Amino acid sequence: MTAFIIRRLLVSVVLLFFISVISFFIITLTPGSPYPWGELNPKVSEEVKRVFREKFHLDRPLHEQYAFIMRDLFTGDLRSIKDERPVLQKIGERLPATLVLNLGALALSLSFGLLLGIYGAKHAGRPPDVITSIIAFIFIALPGFWVSYLVAIALVDWAAVPILGTHTIGVAFTDGAQVFLDRWWHVMMPASILAIGGIAVQSRFVRASMIETLREDYIRTARAKGLDENAVFYRHALRNSIRPLITGIGMLLPALISGAVIIENIFAYPGMGRLGYEAVLERDYPTLVALNFVTAALVLLGNLVADLLYAVVDPRVRLE
Amino acid sequence: MITTAPEPIEAAPATPGGRVWRRFRANKIGMVAMAMVIVLAVVAITFFILDRLGIPFPMDPDATNLERKLLPPNAVNWLGTDNLGRDVLSRLLNGAYISLTVGFVAVFVSLFIGVVVGAVAGYIGKWVDNLIMRAVDALMCFPTFFLILTAVALLGPSIFNIIFVIGLVSWTGTARLVRAEFLTLRESSYVQAARALGQRGWKIIFRHILPNAAAPILVTAVLGVPEAILAEAGLSFLGFGVQPPQATWGNIIADGKTYILDAWWLILFPGLAILLAALSFYLTGDALRQAVETRSERQ
Repeated sequence: MTAFIIRRLLVSVVLLFFISVISFFIITLTPGSPYPWGELNPKVSEEVKRVFREKFHLDRPLHEQYAFIMRDLFTGDLRSIKDERPVLQKIGERLPATLVLNLGALALSLSFGLLLGIYGAKHAGRPPDVITSIIAFIFIALPGFWVSYLVAIALVDWAAVPILGTHTIGVAFTDGAQVFLDRWWHVMMPASILAIGGIAVQSRFVRASMIETLREDYIRTARAKGLDENAVFYRHALRNSIRPLITGIGMLLPALISGAVIIENIFAYPGMGRLGYEAVLERDYPTLVALNFVTAALVLLGNLVADLLYAVVDPRVRLE
Repeated sequence: MITTAPEPIEAAPATPGGRVWRRFRANKIGMVAMAMVIVLAVVAITFFILDRLGIPFPMDPDATNLERKLLPPNAVNWLGTDNLGRDVLSRLLNGAYISLTVGFVAVFVSLFIGVVVGAVAGYIGKWVDNLIMRAVDALMCFPTFFLILTAVALLGPSIFNIIFVIGLVSWTGTARLVRAEFLTLRESSYVQAARALGQRGWKIIFRHILPNAAAPILVTAVLGVPEAILAEAGLSFLGFGVQPPQATWGNIIADGKTYILDAWWLILFPGLAILLAALSFYLTGDALRQAVETRSERQ
């Protein structure tokens, strides 16, 4: 187990290196400049430009720029070009909101995906399965931003669901429980909309895995000894769908973080997705590189957790 | 590269393509979805040509008329008008080709990269395989849409850049699949026979192995189209799609969101168009997958 974790961590370091190189070159090799002024602005003197380039190492060759960015990232010195605040601090401010949103969406995807998938597998090939399959594909095909607006039109008046920010503005709750409930009330809408695609993907995955499991020898044995079909399905077969549940964690995370870029913008939700969008608009290279790095590290962490859980629940899996 | 299904032979289809087509035809949902895909393609091509010929049908999609702005659906403007009095139906039909072009061409780009990378990794194996697959793993850790957004924003939004970037970041799934197919097919006796006869590597790859991996590759290709359509719609919505005045399904919604409480038709119809387009490709792809898989899903 320990050997496995160490090996996986080493592989993750190699992957993170690849990731940092890829994101650095995608961002720096594209045309356009990160300067906060127009390239040909006559009011900006050569001296100002030179100082600026030196400050962000933009006068160095690319491989040195990369080395500087990575060094600064790890020492926490990497600063945003826009407001010169440490990038890690900017990300740190947004991290809790992002985690709440994405983990909430992940929990919704896994639980509802499981229910829908089980239902489909139970009725495999028959009308209820066909209907849930079509629903799943509609869910995958729904553009999240469109659903957000439809829901906003329908629900705000009708149910007074908040669609902006993380907490009620202008009300200072003193009670901890009230603060908590207020936060959840705010994160509920964006998390549900973010989860729509995940629910669908997860349900397809669970369904396929359940149908596969139902073909196993031990299921035939259970049936042969005269067990009730419900007992076979829910007691013997369902246990195995814990595996797609865990794999879902690693699989859904990147998609959720992607979707959050749009959803966080619509709901004015102060997460990393919105920070990324703002950084893109401002061509804030250091923030972009760091954001890509941090999200990729989070995804790798998710995958590692999934693999470990896998070994815990399934005795057949040996971590080597 | 991909073998197309030949004409079906009623009695007993001798070719694998014929067998797949016969199974596909039995799937009603798949047939309806494929018909929708064909209709969409015909509509997109027709209105693209009409636009280039300068024939305004049903109306000029870019003609503004401030006296008729923000009208709900009516007898003249079937799907209403936007804040500049432009006909929403005309704009939807005119924007169709953007979505479908991005969908098809981006998939072609990603297919090309994915097949080449996967074939090289799977055929050569050893450290080349290891290196390539670690790079693929790394790319898969990125939140794809954020990567696309970053690259398109920095490159500048044009249809060419959008297609190029979407294709460039979405080949990893195909590469993994092709590699897995190659790892098994590489050891098959007909490939060894070809090698024993002294055929060159690239010839074995393209003439012997690739045609046998065509079916699963075709399925991922069809399922990749809606992904690209949705990514384009998202970019368009954020303002990084094909730029106005060219209408795209995403930017009609983006423009309409300002008038969300007064003009629901600006949001509803383009979204339905995106949903229908993506859904018909997903259902076609899923039906194709079922037809290709030899094992039936039914118990």
